[in-house]
Amino acid sequence: MDIEFTAEDNAFRAEVRQFIEENYPKDLIGKDRAELEREDYLAWHKILYKKGWVAPSWPAEFGGTGWTVTQKYIFGEESARFGTIPPLAFGMQMLGPVIYTFGSQAQKDWVLPGILSGETWWCQGYSEPGAGSDLASLKTRAVRDGDHYVVNGHKIWTTLAQYADWMFCLVRTNSDGKRQEGISFLLIDMKTPGMTVRPIITIDGGHEVNEVFLEDVRVPVENLVGEENKGWTIAKFLLGNERSGIAGVARSKKAISRLKDIARSETLDGQPLLNTADFSRKLSELEIDLTALEYTELRTLAAESKGKGPGPESSILKIKGTEIQQRITELTMEAVGNYAAPWVPKLDLGDNYLAIGPEGSHGVSQDYFNMRKTSIYGGSNEIQRNIIAKMVLGL
Amino acid sequence: MDFGFSEEQTLLRNMVQSFVQDNYDFDSRMKIVRSEDGWSRDNWKQFAELGLLAAPFDEDMGGLDGGPIETMIIMEEFGRGLVVEPYLPTVVLCGGILKRHASDAQKQAYLPFLIAGDSVWALAYAEPQSRYNLADVLVSAKADGDGYVLNGAKAVVLGAPWADKLIVSARISGNQRDQAGIGLFVVDKSASGVSTQDYPTVDGARASEIVFENVRVDGDAVISTDGFAIIEEAIDYGIGALCGEAIGQMKCLNDATVEYCKTRKQFGVPIGSFQVLQHRMVDMFMEYEQAVSMTYMINMKLEESAAERRKAASGAKVQIGKSGRFIGQQSVQLHGGMGMTEELNVGHYFKRLTMIDTQFGNVDHHLRRFAAQ
Repeated sequence: MDIEFTAEDNAFRAEVRQFIEENYPKDLIGKDRAELEREDYLAWHKILYKKGWVAPSWPAEFGGTGWTVTQKYIFGEESARFGTIPPLAFGMQMLGPVIYTFGSQAQKDWVLPGILSGETWWCQGYSEPGAGSDLASLKTRAVRDGDHYVVNGHKIWTTLAQYADWMFCLVRTNSDGKRQEGISFLLIDMKTPGMTVRPIITIDGGHEVNEVFLEDVRVPVENLVGEENKGWTIAKFLLGNERSGIAGVARSKKAISRLKDIARSETLDGQPLLNTADFSRKLSELEIDLTALEYTELRTLAAESKGKGPGPESSILKIKGTEIQQRITELTMEAVGNYAAPWVPKLDLGDNYLAIGPEGSHGVSQDYFNMRKTSIYGGSNEIQRNIIAKMVLGL
Repeated sequence: MDFGFSEEQTLLRNMVQSFVQDNYDFDSRMKIVRSEDGWSRDNWKQFAELGLLAAPFDEDMGGLDGGPIETMIIMEEFGRGLVVEPYLPTVVLCGGILKRHASDAQKQAYLPFLIAGDSVWALAYAEPQSRYNLADVLVSAKADGDGYVLNGAKAVVLGAPWADKLIVSARISGNQRDQAGIGLFVVDKSASGVSTQDYPTVDGARASEIVFENVRVDGDAVISTDGFAIIEEAIDYGIGALCGEAIGQMKCLNDATVEYCKTRKQFGVPIGSFQVLQHRMVDMFMEYEQAVSMTYMINMKLEESAAERRKAASGAKVQIGKSGRFIGQQSVQLHGGMGMTEELNVGHYFKRLTMIDTQFGNVDHHLRRFAAQ
């Protein structure tokens, strides 16, 4: 058991840090997430791609970096420390591994390069109004018609579909028998006639998610991944990856560092809030819980590097990671006192906008509202607890 | 021992409930929030006509001789409707100060217009650096003849965009956080030297940052030259009213959540049949009941001694802060993705309850204040 960084690790860290500092687009530094345009999400992704660093979690043969667990960890830390916009997760973390694990050679050849380069923006067609936690009850129907599937249905909570080029979509190809045994995994071009994207505005005032309506959408049979009616296995594989990528340890460290900055300049009766008893106690508890999560994640990563895929223990990362993210936004909102009130207009944040209150306070409540999603998405924390109970504890 | 409501109180509740049902359904509320002004003058006129603006004032001032319980009932029903019009700043905070501490001449000058719905008020007490300390006052009041000249900045003044009249705390003497030496002044928002930066708040209302630059206040507009106790009392009354609003909203959230969990089916059954969620809703129910208890307690104690009132107000504020946070968060959680949408009312109750916790001092602040009594 050893967690010391070697001299090589430290040299690697210095190399990563220098690369980020020298190459990260200056105009993106500190940009409010609400102000990000489509190109902004892709800017760093493309720079990393040119460097060959865009897919650290992929096997080297498919475009991964071939880094050790420690190096991947260091890269993640340095990225979050700086606050980089990460490569698009739906392609990188979710679809990519599905294609190199289950896809045909032809699919590997046409899907993987676009994910790596950022030229293809993928969105996730999973949830439906009637299929949330019970994803297997999905109804979007795909009927074989010659060398196409004709798809009809309604997907919801589709993150950033408004920017997407393609969708990976769970569809029902069989209604007889068990629900899980009639599901297929299809790749659908967002430009196919019959695809309609409708925005859903969330309580923070932002536009992150959408509904997608599919009306007689014709999808070539070549876009089926794996076998017809055998898509549920693929779906679950993807969900496992989604869940273990969600802990967000490094980003939470950054969020805590930002919280400390706010608490340093905020005063309570002349003292920095950071030094006051109630606040500092809550902050310490958060930092300690985050350290515990970090080491749990390292143990999971170490096990994975020995060949074990993300198991049900990754549900711990999802539950604890998201609860910590939420607590950070909660404490940050507490830290700004009365200045939790002013509203930052997310949809039309223009030059006319005059921010109210100290800089750290802007949009802090809205971040708190937005983060309530984390205990709901990626498999709700209630479902995650069911998974641990059943798959780990055998209850 | 009686926790019941009188016939008049029940009639009052029914009247406000009817108003909300007829004028303030969720769609109507969102139209008002999204309008340019962000409130409805018509609604305010109706409040006047219904006698709601007169509720807590003495009969000889044109009031209805109501007390904290009447205010609580009105605020609870307003809370259920997510009403944004500035009843709390105008009637409870400023109206209360005028009722309890203004001179007869001042009452004559101000209250009839307030009650008639012709003037809207806001209390400017918090400052950019003050956090929740009511004594942290840097806005200065320099003696000038029989009056004063005010200079400085006030922060997050709730309802100020809609107000024409302000009550402002400003320091006549003493150091930044001394309780002694703070004056209370009535200022016309349109007075020379007053500038405002208006903005929407995350819970659907409006507030302002206000700057006073050599604003002259005449002697007859001075409510007090040593007003800390008055502000503190006003905020405690405000807490009593806020508790009323909060329990109305908590009830709406709990009812909506139970109903949703009874009808939303996953895995072939209503999700309300899952024990984990049942226990969660029971916890929400208990938090609501405890919040109701503390709301009744504070509104019965507001007229007690200052020490009792302070302790009761802080205890009640802690309760609704904690209960409001739990019920708000869990309502969103149990509604799944739907709870995250701007389109559903659940998120708006959640946002308002969140802001109620940040107003007039949050849980940490009131735990400290409670301990200090």
